[in-house]
Amino acid sequence: MVYKSLRQHAFSTVLTAFSVALAGGLLMSVWAVREQSHAAFTGLTGGFDAVLGARSAKLQLVLNAIFHLEESPGNLAWADYLEIQGNPNVELAVPIAMGDNFRGYRLVGTSPDLFDRAEYAPGKRYTPRPLGRVFDPTAREAVAGSFVAQRLGLKRGDVIHPFHGLLFDEEKEHSETYVIVGVLEPTNTPADRVIWIPLEGLQKMSGHDPKAASDISAVLVKLKAGSAVAGQRLSLLYNKEGARLTLAWPIGQIMAQLFAKIAWFDHVLELVAYLVALVATGSIIAGIYNSMNERRREIAILRALGAHRGTVFSSIILEAAATAALGMLVGFLFYGAMMTVVASIVRTQTGVVLEPQSFHQIMVWAPAGLIALSALSGIIPAMKAYRTDVAENLAPIS
Amino acid sequence: MAVLEISNLQKSFLSPDGTRRAIIGIGSFSLAERAQMALRGESGSGKTTFLNLIAGILRPDSGRVSVAGREMSALSEPHRDRLRATTIGYVFQTFNLLQGYTCLENVLLGMSFGAGVDRGLAHKLLERVGLGGHLRHYPRQLSSGQQQRVAVARALANRPNLVLADEPTGNLDPVNAREVLALIRDTCRENSAALLFVSHDREALGQFEEVQDFHQINQPTPP
Repeated sequence: MVYKSLRQHAFSTVLTAFSVALAGGLLMSVWAVREQSHAAFTGLTGGFDAVLGARSAKLQLVLNAIFHLEESPGNLAWADYLEIQGNPNVELAVPIAMGDNFRGYRLVGTSPDLFDRAEYAPGKRYTPRPLGRVFDPTAREAVAGSFVAQRLGLKRGDVIHPFHGLLFDEEKEHSETYVIVGVLEPTNTPADRVIWIPLEGLQKMSGHDPKAASDISAVLVKLKAGSAVAGQRLSLLYNKEGARLTLAWPIGQIMAQLFAKIAWFDHVLELVAYLVALVATGSIIAGIYNSMNERRREIAILRALGAHRGTVFSSIILEAAATAALGMLVGFLFYGAMMTVVASIVRTQTGVVLEPQSFHQIMVWAPAGLIALSALSGIIPAMKAYRTDVAENLAPIS
Repeated sequence: MAVLEISNLQKSFLSPDGTRRAIIGIGSFSLAERAQMALRGESGSGKTTFLNLIAGILRPDSGRVSVAGREMSALSEPHRDRLRATTIGYVFQTFNLLQGYTCLENVLLGMSFGAGVDRGLAHKLLERVGLGGHLRHYPRQLSSGQQQRVAVARALANRPNLVLADEPTGNLDPVNAREVLALIRDTCRENSAALLFVSHDREALGQFEEVQDFHQINQPTPP
């Protein structure tokens, strides 16, 4: 009966299922993007605990040095790097410098320590693909992140001309050239969308201020075991006692603060998704309720054949739930499509990888909730069906 | 033994002007097993109300309706629904087929509320009414006569003891009317079902050996 009714009212079924699909897809996407991006941005530290940079907001330092977003707040002297490198609480300090790009992708100067000693995840190093290698710090060589390489079609042996500034401007081409000697294995971190060159190469690029030739943009810091105490000590040293530099520590917490600041936006998105879900269930009520007039005779016939009121009532409830279930099947397609687009944008803009295929609890709760809500909304037209007067609707009367 | 027994049956309705109007007032009425009886009555005389009371679709104000030995008027609604599905077949003037269902599905649906779905029997019944080649046709693809034949097959699908036919030839041309009426009578006989036929059509009534005037049986008294 339910299948027949859905077929008989195919147009309104499809329209209603579509709105449920949109609502379900949106609800799941908003949730999944929020969960995944929160986990990715607060969990992605590139293997470092802190960032040391010029006096500025900690968030700007982290976004600039770890996520390769935002402008550098300023430079710090080589001596500052040597000082923190020599600090007994520091296990590894890697200097980075930036200020140039290749077709919009950042060139970041660094030392080979980044590849030889740093681990972006436990047991995982920034490793060039087979046949590739890390640059020689004294040569004009470069290592491309996997995402840049893929986007720009870079491969080993290619020669690139850096451009001045973080934004691509064709007229600001540097005279130097760099040879790509390796492409990194994908790390699913912002490092994938960077071209790494020797620190000195970036510092002494033609057109850069010779007075700042030994300056760096930031130092990526890994603390020794028991990093909480070490981090507090260093934070006190740089942020309270000193007034020239900023130590952004701990990185994950600083990113979590960013999410806390933009939490209102999450709530707005969530609210929109809930409203869409409400509209979708409303459309189920409207769709079935509006068809009740034309169904009265059908219901009366069913009752005359011996169908119980309860059978008619539950068939309407089931129809509402089945419409929502159909919608949710399509909703998963919407979810996949939306997540693919969002993941692609996030990856292009930040290098952070979101995974559309990964499972979230919302993928169970959203369909279950929408189906339950739809079944609940079916009660209104079902009551109308339940109350249908059989004799009155079995026209004509002789 | 009677398949249908009625005593002191009263039914009235509230008129739009607020007064109560008596429609049915039947002192005693019975129909024997396998019997075929026609009731003659004009439109608006309360024949449909009478059949609906027998089928348990309407509840009487007072009185007793007993079908196949079970008192319909004393049963709860779900039990009346069940009794209607299993013991009564109903043929309507307007066929009342479900438009979204094929011929076969209309018959099977009737079965699903009664004795249970029996595809073999459904096929057999549709073949018997001459629609073996139209199983997958929808009502809109059939003529009026063919639609009424489907309704007859559906009415007999649960092997009822009693078939109620409410002006079943009212919407058919004379040739189809004769054929359908003969079919209803024959199939009721073959299935050992009693038939209560109501109509105002003289020609149709003329086919029955036993014809009663409804207004003689039904003498409603003002409430």
